[in-house]
Amino acid sequence: MSNLAQEEHVQKDNSQLRQKKMIEGHYRRLARVPDSGEKAVYTFVPGNLTELMMCFDMPPAMPEINALQAGMRGKSRQYISVAEKLGHSEDVCTYVKCDVGMMKSGNIGPTGEPLPRPDLLLLSYTGCFTFMKWFEILREEYDCPVAMLHVPYQGDGVITDAMRTYVVDQLEKIVIPALAKASGKKFDIDRLREYLARSAKAEDDLVKVFEMAKNRPSPIDAYFGGVYYIGPIFTAFRGSEEAVLYYRSLREEIEERVRLGKGPITPEGELVGERYRIVVEGPPNWTSFREFWKMFSDEKAVVVASSYTKVGGVYDNGFRHDPKRPLESLAEYCLGCYTNLNLPSRVEMLVRYVKEYEADGLMINSIKSCNSFSAGQLHILREVENRTGKPGGFIESDLVDPRYFSASNIKNRLESYFQMIEQKRESGGQS
Amino acid sequence: MSSTVLTSLLAEVEQCNLDYRLQGVRSWKQKTGGIAIGYMPIYIPRELLHSQSVLPVGIMGGGNDIEIIRGDAYYQSYICHIPRSTIELGLNGSLDCLDGMIFPAICDVIRNLSGMWKMLFEDKLVRYLDVPQNFSRDIGGTFYRHELEALSSDLVAYGAKPLDPEALRRSIELYNQSNGLVRGLYELRRTEPWKVPTYELYRVLRAGTVLPVERFIEILETYRTEVMADVDRVPMDQARVLLTGAFCEQPPIGLIKTLERSGCYIVDDDFVQVHRWIRSDVSTDGDPLDNLVRSFLEDSTASPTRYIDDDEKGRDLLERVETSAAEGIIFCAPSFCDPALLDEPMVVAKVKKAGVPFTSFKYSENTGQFQVIREQAGTFADSIKLWSQ
Repeated sequence: MSNLAQEEHVQKDNSQLRQKKMIEGHYRRLARVPDSGEKAVYTFVPGNLTELMMCFDMPPAMPEINALQAGMRGKSRQYISVAEKLGHSEDVCTYVKCDVGMMKSGNIGPTGEPLPRPDLLLLSYTGCFTFMKWFEILREEYDCPVAMLHVPYQGDGVITDAMRTYVVDQLEKIVIPALAKASGKKFDIDRLREYLARSAKAEDDLVKVFEMAKNRPSPIDAYFGGVYYIGPIFTAFRGSEEAVLYYRSLREEIEERVRLGKGPITPEGELVGERYRIVVEGPPNWTSFREFWKMFSDEKAVVVASSYTKVGGVYDNGFRHDPKRPLESLAEYCLGCYTNLNLPSRVEMLVRYVKEYEADGLMINSIKSCNSFSAGQLHILREVENRTGKPGGFIESDLVDPRYFSASNIKNRLESYFQMIEQKRESGGQS
Repeated sequence: MSSTVLTSLLAEVEQCNLDYRLQGVRSWKQKTGGIAIGYMPIYIPRELLHSQSVLPVGIMGGGNDIEIIRGDAYYQSYICHIPRSTIELGLNGSLDCLDGMIFPAICDVIRNLSGMWKMLFEDKLVRYLDVPQNFSRDIGGTFYRHELEALSSDLVAYGAKPLDPEALRRSIELYNQSNGLVRGLYELRRTEPWKVPTYELYRVLRAGTVLPVERFIEILETYRTEVMADVDRVPMDQARVLLTGAFCEQPPIGLIKTLERSGCYIVDDDFVQVHRWIRSDVSTDGDPLDNLVRSFLEDSTASPTRYIDDDEKGRDLLERVETSAAEGIIFCAPSFCDPALLDEPMVVAKVKKAGVPFTSFKYSENTGQFQVIREQAGTFADSIKLWSQ
C-alpha cells in the first residue's frame, strides 16, 4: 500500500489536520500564480527568507519540500529515473534528481496541480553546497534570474561580525533589490518588522513544544512527529498570523497531552508505554516514512530530540528573529541553521540533547544523498558515545530514493540497538 | 633519451610525490625553524603564508599508495576517498610535523572534515577558509579580506611572523613567477604535447605543493629547458583531449599514464589547480592583500566549486577546448564528488550543443585497475582520429 493510500487509515492530531489545510492552501495559491499575477520564488528551507518574500507578496516554492512530498507519494523513483536518464549521476543528491525529474514530468505539485515557473530563484546557500549546484541546474532549465545569498559556514563555531556584515550586505544590495525587481513592489522595512515579530512568537511556541519532550512519557515524537511540527515555520508560513495561531494551538494541544500523561500520537494511534527515549541525527527517509516510524513505535521507542528539526532554524539556543534588528537577525538565522554549524558544535548540541532529554542514546540515520549531514557522522557518533556514556546506533538510508531503503536491514539494526540498550540497563549501565 | 639532469629531476619530484610522511617538510622545519601548514585542494593564498615564513604543504590524499585502515572507520561507503586517506595520514602520524591545516571551501565533505580535524587534533591550527561566492569587491571582497586577515592572525598565534605588506608583495612576486612558469608549461604542452607528457607534468606540479616555492621555480625552469632540448620527444599520432573534473581528489598516476598510452595527448586538465587557480599575475602595485582579494574575485578559474553568476555555464570549458585545440573532452571525476558530478550534466549539454566529442568515467584515488579505462579512452581516441571532422 502506498503512503498516499494509507493516509485515510492514519490517526492524526488536530494540529496535523490544521497544517494540512494550510499547506493545501499554499499549493493552491502557487497553482494560481499564472492567473493571479503574483510572482513565484523558488528557495530552500535552510536559511529561508520567508518574511522578506512576504514583504513582496511572493509565494515560495521549495524544491526539497516538493521532492520529499514526491517521495511520500511514491513518485520519486520515477522522477529520479528520469533525471538519471538525462545524465545525472547516481552518486549525487536524490532531492536534486527528484526535482529535475518532476520538472521534466510536468512539474505537478503534491496536490496534483502544476507548480508555476519561478520568477526568481532565491539561492540561499546555507549549510549545503548542493543547493548552489541545484539552482545552477534550475537556472539552465528556467532561464530566470537568480539572487545568490552566500552564507558563510561557522567553521570555528561562532558567528563573527564579518560574517554577519557579509550576509546583511548581500540582503541589502542583492536579495532585496532582486525581490523588488521580480515582484514590482517596493520594500517596506516596517512590514518586515511586523512579520519578524510574529516569527518570534511562533518560534517561542515551537521551542516550548519540543521542550515538552523532556516529560516522561514524552507527549511528542520529536523526529517523526517533529517533521510535521516544523512544516509551517520551515516553509511558507514563518512570519504569518496563521503560523502564530498554529503554534499556539499546537502548544496548547501538547500541554494538554502532558497534563493527561499521554504519549505521542503515531500513525497507529497513541504510543502507550514509552520504553526507549532516543535522540536522532539526520533527515528521515521519506519513501518509507510510515514504515520507518513504525519500526520505532513497535518497539515503544520515542524520539525525544532530533537534529533534523533544526535544519530550517535552531531556536532552542535562544535565537529569535528580532524586529529591532531585522536584517541582522535574518543574517543570524541563516548563519545558525543546523548544517551550517561545524561538527564540534553539532556534537555539543547532540550531547546536550542526550543529557537534557534523558535519552537512552543517539541513533544516526545516515543519508546517502546528503553529504552536508552525513560526512563525519561516524565520528559524531563516537564523540557523543564517549561524552555521554550512552550507546549509539547507525543506520543508512536515503531521502527519496527507495533503492536505498532496505527495511529488513534497518529493522535488524534497530532491534539490535534496542537490545543493546536493554543489556546496558540490565548490567547496571546508565541506560 | 632523457638527460641525466632530467632523469634526476624526475626522480626528485617522484620522491616528493611519494613522501607521504613529509620527510622533506620535516627537514625544512629543522633547517629554518619555520612552521608548516597543510592545505587541502584546490586553492589557498599561499603567498600570504609564505610572506609570514610559513611553508604551505599541499595534502592531496593518499593515492593508491596508502592502505586505509582507520580512515574507513570514519566514512560511509558513499563518500569520496580523499577524506578517508587524509584522516588515515593524520591518524598514522604522517602529518604530525604540520602545525595546522587549512580546509578551503570545496564541498560539504571537505568542510565537515575541518570539524573532524578540530576534534582529532586539538592542539593544531585548524582553519576552514571560507571563500566568497559573491564576487563584488565591496561585498565578497570585504568578507574575503577579513578571512585573510583572520587567517594571518591565526598563523601568528601558531608561530608565524606577523603580516608585513612588503614581505607579502615579495611573496606575490615569487608566486607570480612560479605560476607563470606553470602556465608556460601548459602552453608548451598545448603546442608540443609530446614534449610534456602529462604524467611528468603532473608529478612536477604535485612536487610544487610540498616544496618551498624557491626550489619549485628552479625545478620548473630546469624541466622546461631539459624537455625542450630532448630530441627524442617526437610527435605521435594521438588524439588531443581535455580532461576535466579531477580538481580535488587526484587520480592515481597509473590512470594518467593509461590515458596517454591509450592514444590521448592530454592538452589541458584540472590537476593540482592551486598553481593555476589565479589565471594571471597578481598585481604587485598597491595594497598586496587587496591584490590577492581582487585576483581571487576577478581572475579565478571557473571551477564547479565556484558559483557562476552572470556567466554562461560551460562557456569556460568550451573556450579551453578552443584554446587548447582539443579534439575531445574526457569528463573524469572522482566517485561521489558533488561539485564535479552535479556540474557535469549542465556542461555536457553545452558540449553536445557545440558538437565536441566527449566521454565520461569516474575514478577513485586508489583505483588500481585501468583496463576498462584503457579500452574506453582508446576507443574514444580512435573515434576522434577516425571520425572527427
